[in-house]
Amino acid sequence: MPHNVNTLNDAELSVAVLVSVGRHPLTGRARRADHDARAVEMALSLGDASVQLMHAGDGGEACGDAMRGYLGMGISRVKRINQDPDADVVPALANILRFAAPQLVLTGTRAETGEGSGLVPYLLAETLGWTVVSGLAEIESIEQGVATVLQALPRGKRRRLKVRLPAIATVDSSAPAARQSAFGPARRGELADCACASVTDELQTQWRVQPARKRPKRLKIVKSASARDRFKAAAAKADSGGGQLLNDVTPEQGAEAIFTLLKEEGVLR
Amino acid sequence: MSETIRRDPRREWIARNRLHPEHASVLLEMGNAALSEWPGPNGVVRKNPRAVGFIGPNGIKRIDRSGLQQGGQAAATTAAPQDSRRTVTIEDPAFLVAVVPDMTGGRLSGHDKDLLGLARQMADADGEHPGAVVAIVFGEHKAAALGDAGIDRVVHLDDEVYTGFAPEARLAALSAVEREMAPRFWLVPDSQLGGGEQGRRLAVRLGERPATQVWHVEADEHSATGWRCTARGAAGTSDITRHLPRVVLALAECAEPVSETRHAAQPVELNQPLPDVLGRIEDMGEVPVDPASVSLAEAEFILSAGNGVKDWEGYHHAAQVLGAAKGASRVAVDDGFMARDRQVGASGTWVSARVYVAVGISGAIQHLQGIQTCEKVVAINLDERCDMVKRADLAVIGDAGDILAALVARVERYREQQQENRDAA
Repeated sequence: MPHNVNTLNDAELSVAVLVSVGRHPLTGRARRADHDARAVEMALSLGDASVQLMHAGDGGEACGDAMRGYLGMGISRVKRINQDPDADVVPALANILRFAAPQLVLTGTRAETGEGSGLVPYLLAETLGWTVVSGLAEIESIEQGVATVLQALPRGKRRRLKVRLPAIATVDSSAPAARQSAFGPARRGELADCACASVTDELQTQWRVQPARKRPKRLKIVKSASARDRFKAAAAKADSGGGQLLNDVTPEQGAEAIFTLLKEEGVLR
Repeated sequence: MSETIRRDPRREWIARNRLHPEHASVLLEMGNAALSEWPGPNGVVRKNPRAVGFIGPNGIKRIDRSGLQQGGQAAATTAAPQDSRRTVTIEDPAFLVAVVPDMTGGRLSGHDKDLLGLARQMADADGEHPGAVVAIVFGEHKAAALGDAGIDRVVHLDDEVYTGFAPEARLAALSAVEREMAPRFWLVPDSQLGGGEQGRRLAVRLGERPATQVWHVEADEHSATGWRCTARGAAGTSDITRHLPRVVLALAECAEPVSETRHAAQPVELNQPLPDVLGRIEDMGEVPVDPASVSLAEAEFILSAGNGVKDWEGYHHAAQVLGAAKGASRVAVDDGFMARDRQVGASGTWVSARVYVAVGISGAIQHLQGIQTCEKVVAINLDERCDMVKRADLAVIGDAGDILAALVARVERYREQQQENRDAA
């Protein structure tokens, strides 16, 4: 197990991971959700932290299969809060988190089923008055109630943040990939069910949900007064850029030209 | 008024009709250059075949018989494209639509412009009582033409606390805007660049349930807000059709950007000073990352090698010195010089680099597909007629090994200079 984090806390760090039921993109079968599994992986890489997994949802068969996927990562127990199928899970999760009072809550960026709006961590943070950070790539250290984390930015960039705990952090696909789920531990692990009053999500019942349509491709619109110009623009072959061509130059001159371009674009550090 | 093109169908008809008695004079009037045919002294029509037609874009003479090109060499040349956009100033808006653009690098991105187009669509829906689009811009911006993107009012918050990653301070500012202006809608880009996060924070703070990943908005009289939206749900596998809420997080290409009007972009100040926020998130700045660890699809700078590379040691050294991610063409991968996960193109990775340097790659169509979205392409090749050179913004013809070695030497010299400057300072 990688010990890349040094915890200098006197008390043991407690981490809760909110997990959800995933959906395989091709077969549509229930599985562990990718982002949530990465969050579990990140929690397990914290070394001596105590990790507890929580899930709120209807305790159906699909739910059981998915939770076994998380248990197979070496988790002994998943706390499952049973809710009605059309319930809003935020009040139940807020309740249980207030009671469990973990220092750090990790979760995926958005769910793979249902609305998938990615709002749950923000709603929980607002309800509990905790901090929320998004897109974690790595947790560098947790010391004296402050976590130093790396946030993933587009183009593989990273930003270092210091976050006061307790905090809720979301994990997306730039975090390290989750370990495989093993069959034996998945069978042996325990699904601890507990009941909590359901709050029905009224608004969601009014929505119309259908399989995703392909989005129309945006057309290149040529705004021109004359039909002749519009036709010319539509029929024109994509021109060959009109780039600069350096022929019969010494390697040094060529290198100088490339160097100037690289410097202009700001990719040389 | 002289800008308007007035057509005289009768004159055009005369110009086409060579037998018309006024043909010659009309041609002279229409085409200001040489006349291509005229009645000779004995009543015989004389023609100058060299004066017919015009030289096309590829250097080939074209003859246009549509009537536009008569007699002259370039009669159809129009004046330089003038700015035909209407200028719109909304003095007394019925309501406000607030937009929080990402403004990465201080400029409006394509996503921001699409979102402003959507805001414009919503503000202008009722022609008699138009709304105004308010943009809340944080930090310095380099965009000179905010009004061209459809912005009526700008709240420019240029304070130190908003630079870098400051979601809490920005949220406080947005809440202040909500208190003072009470916009009817809030539009935020649902992007990775901070917009998605900011919009979710804002919605939760305002106590509104937002619509996320919205990609289509249309009018709907049954809805309380007058609009209906279609949003992606369940990780992009389902479409949710619902009434449009007050806070909308929209995807790119949710609407057409504004192109026909220009707007005022008047600066607006907030009346009350913004409260100081005790931030619980501290930004420590960006961290340098090893380019080799970044996945090829999102790398910013790629040095890609193909069949033309003979000195592989030199290539790997160059990639390391330049700090570029390594890519390869199919040939280089098949020959075993590069790993399969480095392959760029249709059967490999589709890259989106800002700068793509193709070393010894002739540019098979599958490879060119893979680099479609790259901004700047540099080609180093021996063959000046290959497709990669045609695609490239800068092409250097010569031996790849020599040019790479020269480039490495140049970059090392530049680094040394920088080091000296730093030491001197």
